[in-house]
Formats: sequence, C-alpha cells, structure tokens
Amino acid sequence: MREFRYEKATDPAGAVALLADAPEGAYLGGGTNLVDLMRLGVATPDVLVDVRRLTSDQVEELPDGGLRIGAAVPNADLAADLRVRQRYPLLAQALLAGASGQLRNRATTGGNLLQRTRCTYFTDTTQPCNKRAPGSGCGAVTGLHRNHAVLGATDEGPDSPHTCVATHPSDLAVALRALDAEVRVLGRDGERTVAMADLHRLPGEDPARDTTLAHGELITAIDVPGLPWAVRSRYRKVRDRASYAFALISVAAAMDLDGSTVRDVRIALGGVAHAPWRATVAEDALRGGPATEEAFTAAAEAELAAAHPLPDNAFKVPMATSTLVRTLLQISAEARA
Amino acid sequence: MTTTERAVGSDVRRIDGPDKVRGRVPYAYEHELGAQSVFVAIVQSPVARGRVTSIDASAAEAVPGVLAVLTHENAPRLGDVAEEILVLQSPVVQYAGEPVAVVVAETSEVARDAVGRVRVDYESADPDVVLSVDRDDLYPPEQLMAGFETDSVIGDVDAALAEAPVTVDVVYETPNQHNNPIEMHATVARWDGDVLRMWDANQGPHNLVPVITEAFGITEDQLHITSPYVGGAFGSKAYTHVHQLLAGMAAKVTGRTVKLELTRQQMFSLVGHRTPTIQRLRLGARPDGTLTAISHEVVEHTSQNAEFAEQTATATRLMYSAPARRTTHRLAKLDVPAPTIMRAPGEAPGMYALESAMDELAAELGMDPVELRLRNEPDRDPERDVPWSTRNLVACLTQGAERFGWAGRDHRPGVREDGRWLVGTGVAAATYPTRRRPSQARIEAVAGKPYVVSIDASDIGTGAWTTLTQIAADALGVPMDQVRLRIGDSRLPQASGAGGSTGITSWGPAIMAAAQELHDRFGGQVPADGVTVTGSSGPGDEAEQLSSHAFGAHFAEVRVDRDTGEVRVPRMTGVFAVGRVINTVTARSQLLGGMTMGLSMALHEESVLDERRGHYANHDLAEYHIAANADVGEVDIAWVDEVDDAHNPLGAKGIGEIGIVGSAAAIGNAYWHATGRRVRDLPITPDKWFR
Ligand SMILES: Cc1cc2nc3c(=O)[nH]c(=O)nc-3n(C[C@H](O)[C@H](O)[C@H](O)COP(=O)(O)OP(=O)(O)OC[C@H]3O[C@@H](n4cnc5c(N)ncnc54)[C@H](O)[C@@H]3O)c2cc1C
Ligand code: SF4
Repeated sequence: MREFRYEKATDPAGAVALLADAPEGAYLGGGTNLVDLMRLGVATPDVLVDVRRLTSDQVEELPDGGLRIGAAVPNADLAADLRVRQRYPLLAQALLAGASGQLRNRATTGGNLLQRTRCTYFTDTTQPCNKRAPGSGCGAVTGLHRNHAVLGATDEGPDSPHTCVATHPSDLAVALRALDAEVRVLGRDGERTVAMADLHRLPGEDPARDTTLAHGELITAIDVPGLPWAVRSRYRKVRDRASYAFALISVAAAMDLDGSTVRDVRIALGGVAHAPWRATVAEDALRGGPATEEAFTAAAEAELAAAHPLPDNAFKVPMATSTLVRTLLQISAEARA
Repeated sequence: MTTTERAVGSDVRRIDGPDKVRGRVPYAYEHELGAQSVFVAIVQSPVARGRVTSIDASAAEAVPGVLAVLTHENAPRLGDVAEEILVLQSPVVQYAGEPVAVVVAETSEVARDAVGRVRVDYESADPDVVLSVDRDDLYPPEQLMAGFETDSVIGDVDAALAEAPVTVDVVYETPNQHNNPIEMHATVARWDGDVLRMWDANQGPHNLVPVITEAFGITEDQLHITSPYVGGAFGSKAYTHVHQLLAGMAAKVTGRTVKLELTRQQMFSLVGHRTPTIQRLRLGARPDGTLTAISHEVVEHTSQNAEFAEQTATATRLMYSAPARRTTHRLAKLDVPAPTIMRAPGEAPGMYALESAMDELAAELGMDPVELRLRNEPDRDPERDVPWSTRNLVACLTQGAERFGWAGRDHRPGVREDGRWLVGTGVAAATYPTRRRPSQARIEAVAGKPYVVSIDASDIGTGAWTTLTQIAADALGVPMDQVRLRIGDSRLPQASGAGGSTGITSWGPAIMAAAQELHDRFGGQVPADGVTVTGSSGPGDEAEQLSSHAFGAHFAEVRVDRDTGEVRVPRMTGVFAVGRVINTVTARSQLLGGMTMGLSMALHEESVLDERRGHYANHDLAEYHIAANADVGEVDIAWVDEVDDAHNPLGAKGIGEIGIVGSAAAIGNAYWHATGRRVRDLPITPDKWFR
C-alpha cells in the first residue's frame, strides 16, 4: 500500500483539472472497488480525487422518455427508483443481483461501470498478470479460470503479453449495454458522449486497458434512451450461491412482440467476455422471426458458436445458451399473459 | 447446598453477548497495552518449491518508520519446532505463501508498504501439488490424527465383496477447504524481561505453550498468553502457527509491543486447511439390505515439513455392522502448506463419502435409505467389540423422518418437478466421537462474595462463557450471578483446548470436581477468611470399556434449476443424540452452524490449487464461497432425550462438530433424488450440471 493524498474539488471541472496534473491519480467514487485494490497493492494512486458527491446524484427525465442517471447516484437508489423499476426492469434487477445491500448503498453508478475484473491473478501482486503488470504473462489461462471469458478473449498462451481471458464483473453494465445507454464524460477538452458499445473494450493486444476512456476523464452521467417495450425485460444472473457472488453468466434481455413474432429484441450477456457482450448475432436471428423455443435456441446457439472456452469454463457455453433461451421464453410468456 | 433452579438445560442467553455487541470486550488485536505498539507485516514467497537466493531489504529499511526487517539471514534462531513450522530459519521454501521476511514498522501502513520493497530472488522448481490415486509415493502414516490406527481390517473383505449379490464401488472426492473464522488470526506480543507476554486468538492458550516455549527456549513460567475472547476458529486456531512465532521474534528484536494480524488472503496459506480427499467406497449387501462388506480407502495430502494425517475413514469403523470390513489411509507429501483441523476433521469428508455410498446402495437395492441404515444398526461397536455408552442413531433417523415428512417418499430419482425446478429429498446419518481430555479447575470461595471459578477453557464463539457458568452455578448450588468465571489465560489452571467437541465434557466435570471438593470439605459453609479448592477430570475407564459417540440424522430438500444448474436447499432437518444439552440456545446455534457449514461444504467451498504455480488461487472471500444467508433455508433442529452418564458426570456429549457431519451427504443424496445424477466431487456447483 502506497501513501496517497486525498483531494476534493468544488465542481467536476475542478476534479478534472486536479487529475490532469496527476498521471498516477484516480477518482474515488464509493471506493468499494478502488480501496480494496489499494489495500492489495494492485492500485497505487498517489492522489485520490473524491467525486462521490461531485457529480449529480439524481435521476432525471430525458425528453425521449429516457432517464439521465447522475454518476454519483448510489446503486441502491438507482435500483429503488420507481421510474427505473417501471421502465427498465432489467436495470433494477441487474443492480439488485449485484454485491450486497451495504455495498450498493456505497457504490456509485460511475464507479460501478469502471470496477476492475475479479480475476484472482489480477488481484494478487505476486502473480503474473498482463492487465496489472503488462508483459508479465497471464496466470489465469493455465490456472484458475473457471469464471473467465469464453468470447472475445485473447489467448496466445500464458507467456504472451497479449493474453487476457478476464471478464468484466459489472451487472449494471450488462443491462446498460442492452439498453444502448450513453456515457457522458468530462475531460480536459470538454464534454463528450461515449456509447456503452464503445466504453468497455476487448483485450486485443492491450489487456491493461479496460475501457476507451483517457486518464482523467470523469463520468458525469449515463443517459438511458427511451425504449417503451423495455417494460418487458429481465436480468437473469446465474451464480455460485443464491446471493453475493459475481455472475458465472448473466442475461439482460428485452423483447418486443407482435403476436407471436419478435418485432425487436435486445440481448446482452455478462460473465462471458472482457466487456458486456451484446448478442447481435442472436438479435439478428430473432428479429422478425417466431417467438418459439426452437427459434430462441437456434439464436442462442448461433451467438455462442463463436465461443472459445478454456478447459475449466466450457460449461459457460451451454449455461449461457439455456439461460438465454429460458429468459426469452419467460419474457414472451409474460407478454402473452 | 441450597436448592436452586437448575441452570443446566435452560435457555439462558449468552452472558458475554451484550458486551460483545457493544464492542466492550477486546479480541486479541484490540488489546491496548499502554505503550505504543508497532506492527508486523509479512513478505510471502510466490514460489512453492525452491530457495531464496538473495534478499535485499535496504529499500524497505530506508522507509521512514521501518524498525526492522527480519529474514532467514538475521532472524533469531529458534528451537526444534522450526522443523515443523517454517519460520525464517532457512532459505529453503516449501510452500507458496511461506514467510521469507517480516517488516516491523511504526504503523501498519508503513509495514505493508515496506513489504513491497523487500527484494527477494528465488531459485524455483515446478511445484508438486496434485493429489491422485495413481501417485507412486503414497504412504501409510504411522498413525492418524487423534491417535487412530492408520488401517483397520476385519475378515476377508475382497472375498465378501466378490460374493455379495449387490455391491457399489464408487469414488468420491472432496476438495481443499479453508477455515474462515470471522476474526483473522492475530497476536500481540511483548517481552517483559525474559517473559514473553502474548494476547492471541487461539482455541486454548495451553495448546500453544509447548511449541512457543520450545521455540524461544523459555520455561512455562516465562510465557503468559491471554485469550479471553476469540472470534471463531473451527480448528485453524488450535495449534501454534508461524505468525505467533514471527510476532515473538519481532518483539524480541525490536524490544517493543508488536501487533500482527493476518490478512484474509494470508489465512489461505499460513494457518492450515482441510486436505482434499479421494475416497473409494465399496459396499457389499444381501438383497434384504444386510451389509456383508464395507471397504473405505482414503487418499489425502500432507505437507513436506509437517505431517497431518486426517482420520477420514474412522467413522466408517463404527457406523454399521458388517462381518468383513476395511479402512485405509494413504498420504502424499506435496508442496503445500501444512493441513490442519477443520470442523470435524475426518468425520466431515469421510461421512460424506460413506453416507453417499449408502444412498447409492439403497438405490441399487430399491430400498428406502432410512430403512437400509436401520437394518445395519450394530448393537456393539463393530470393530472395538465393546458396548456403546449410548447409541441413539435409530431414534434420530425415525424422529427426523417424522419431522421432515419422509413417509411415503417416492424413491425414484428425477421424477419431481415444480416449474423449472427438479425437486428431491435426501437423508444421511451423522456421528462424532465423545471424549474428554485432562483438565483442571479452581474455585475461590469467600463468604458473602461470588465464587471465582478459574479454568483455562476457551470460548471461540461457542458459548462456553455461559455454559461453564451454568455448570458451575449448579455444581455450587447458587444462581449464575454468584459465579465469576475466568477463562482463556495460560496462567489459569491447565485445561484442554476447544477442539474435538471435548470442551464441555472435559471442562464441565473439572469444575464439578472442584465444587465437590468444596462441598466435601466445608459443606455449605464457606470459611469466613475464604478458601481455594481445585478439581480435575480426564478420561477414565469409559475410554477403554465403552464406545462413546454422538449420533444424528440429516434430511434435506434440494431443488435444481434445470436451465442454470443452480442448487437450492429450501429446508433441512437435523435430529441429534448429543447427551445432556447444557444450554438449548447455544446448543441449537452450534448445530445450526454445523449444518450450515455442511451445506456450504456441499454446494460452495473449494480452495483451488493452481497446479502450475502451487498457490491457492481463490484466496479471499469474494472467490472462496461460503454459504450466504440467502443459501440457508428453513433449518429444523431437534435432539432426542439422552443422558450419557456412563461417559462423564455431566452426561453430555460434544456438540460443536456433529452438525457438519453427514449434512453434505444428505444434500448430495437429495441432488441425486432430484435429478437422477450423482455428483461425486464436492462442491456441487452449477457448472457440474453441464458436464
Ligand atoms: C464483495 C463484493 C461483491 C460485489 N459483487 C458485485 C456483483 O455481484 N455485481 C456487480 O456488478 N458488482 C459487484 N461488486 C462491485 C461493486 O458493484 C463495485 O465495487 C462498485 O459498483 C464500484 O463503485 P464505487 O463507487 O465504489 O467505485 P470506486 O471503487 O470508487 O471506483 C471504481 C473505479 O471507478 C473509478 N471512478 C469512480 N467514479 C468515477 C467517475 N465518476 N468517473 C470516472 N471514474 C470513476 C475509480 O477511479 C476506480 O477506478 C462487488 C463488490 C464487492 C466488494
Ligand atoms: S486473465 Fe487477464 S486479468 Fe487475469 S491474469 Fe490473465 S491477464 Fe491478468
């Protein structure tokens, strides 16, 4: 653990200015992830800029029927917001499926999206890990990887500097990915908007980078566009115990039915990749087709066809497939009821 | 003695409860000792097998606030114990996580920062950490833990199996598991001249005395350990571990009061674990269910430096009758930290296997698994050939079946559905030895004042503060508020540690003996100027002449989601025969905790060894899963009327461990009944549904 300074700014721009001059500094949200990583020596910022009370902690209406979520909104408040629960059930369900009550009270929306992987080689400074110590290799690929990625990972062997098979652990991010949310970011050069599709990245040849954000960019809010048919949506998380565990796999799905035909559908998978995984192959296969178990199964299998499981996580392919099928069946049954 | 209402058997609440919830009583790390304490942090080896080739501590020593860095090059030399506990005496590294240096600093933050600045170079070889039955270096230990014989053979087992009309031949595996008491292991140490003072989290200060005195070359009088409150242990605090010795060394070198608290991650390498087991079970039976042969062969691991031979198959020696029977234990010495006691060592993994195999046999026979057990009930201990002091397994099974609603169960597997859930039920039996260990107690009586009862007993969260006060109050014939109990200090009369479910049966009779002494000498009249009496208790003839065990029966309902493989246990029933119950509240808590830990063993707990790097890879509570509240459904607990006067004057049996024994098998058996699939390697996690 390294000694650090603790700073507070008076406004978001001030916070951005503070970090602009501190290449090793970090923003502090609820600290539920960052402080843990500091204790472990994994994160070693020399200055923390506290932003937990700096950006908005309100959920506001957008003109298109969507919602703007301030980056400082606690996970618990967001899950309890009546508009969120009514318009985007999958979002509220995703939040409630994550962590524990105490953690959700403390954790912020912005911090949740930027939490780091739970890979145990990443969190142990005595082990090789390309994400934590670029070039040191990947311990997980030959070690404990039961809960690692089956899609979009880079596996060039344990010693390659490119290898990383980690997953992104956030449940919230998976729901936001399905909803095509946009992240509002403040940087030195002003404000910009990053689509959820572009926020988290696959490891490629640079596993150290989780996201496309530049150092010092501050998340100020998340815009969730209006999507009336998201009222029929679900977040289904499969985990090793009944609560308080990260996803083995998860499914965020919303479906718009016209009789027994799928008019439109949104699917994102969690626990399968370095980023929330938008199941575009499955979506394309389903759109305009029948809402039947056969069609759902074919679409799920088509999506997972690209999977490259490791020896100990091959179960994720059938688990994700059957969970996706069941979730779509439940949404369609609900729609018909 | 005046007659008062008896405290023993009542539901009196924990006397230490209010102070604990208000934070008024100190755990080891919280002892504030006046003089400014300094802090110890540990540098651990990432290498599992090799040697330290060089250490450069200069950068760490240069950090302001660092007082000392100890390594194998400059650490004080210790006595013989260093063979068994690797504590900076040599450059050789024998397990991943082994301490290779410690930093002592003015603050814990500085100490931990400096840990990262100690540069250590290693020469390393590939670690050998994989247990298998095919290894050619498996060996029989001299004896097992707690003095059990390594093997037992009666009759011609192979012939009996060959002749048996119905057999099962199955292999079960249980994983590495780690004790995770809520209080991390912690030691505060200081040298007052040549006396070593320690405030420590352990399961009985006297347990630590032999090793620590040997290590530092001091006499018993030169060691004083205080441990009044302990936040859980489960076996991991039973023995001396490396951190207590490191704390003693750091205090010696710096001349300061040092505090050392392990991190949760360090608990996965420094304070022991439960060995993995591979267990082959063979049962032979006649078509009516009568067992003709039982064979239980165990393979498990131990460490390079210290042998720990878990007594995995010993419960099989007494559970059921059968003319031909065999149990064996073989060990592999691996490059792992030393295993240790974890709640019901031996019985927990061993009975998982035996009771799962009994369920498989019942299925082969097309028989009710409760009935199969009843049919093989032995009227004497089948291997020792002595009578039971009490054996009430039958009552546990029948009463449990009644409470659970077992009657009319459709024994076919995989045929019950509730929506997408597959539903099943399972049963398993439980047993745990009843023993007592030598213990002494002292009572100081002064007319008009409360009695002071002193014994180096240990309350690791079990409720011993309360139950011993109850026992003393009854023995002295006074209300509980007339007793002042003192426990958890090596300067108190010697008593056994809190382990092997022996606390109540060992400490209670010692207190009763002291009270009897007082009564015999003075009647009800305490002399005005006060008096001190002592009493002792220990194993008597009953240990040879009788077979004494607690018994129990578990019933569980399991639901398995056929889309996701998730497993839920909505209800469990446990009925136990545990002798006289001293306190109905704390007894229920012990049984509930045991059953919950069994559920956790069935569904969640597994420490994963990285086969290439040799460390426990999931070494924190985010990745090493223990049952959460949401995993525990309705738990129905009862006990049968039983008093075991033949074993000890209290008529009690141990209660701390039997709850975990067999509960994992009941859940595994219910999983099979729900799904038609046997998972024979714990834990039953959702991924196993997809293989
Ligand atoms: C035991 C445990 C179990 C958990 N289980 C789950 C689970 O099941 N599912 C799940 O999804 N999550 C889970 N979590 C993770 C939890 O959701 C995250 O820790 C939390 O959401 C992070 O939010 P925070 O505000 O505390 O972030 P912090 O820890 O403060 O920050 C996290 C990261 O975000 C950066 N950051 C914070 N705010 C901003 C901002 N406004 N702009 C830019 N950067 C910022 C920080 O610099 C840091 O890098 C669990 C955590 C724990 C400890
Ligand atoms: S999977 Fe990624 S995070 Fe894990 S060890 Fe490999 S490189 Fe590091």
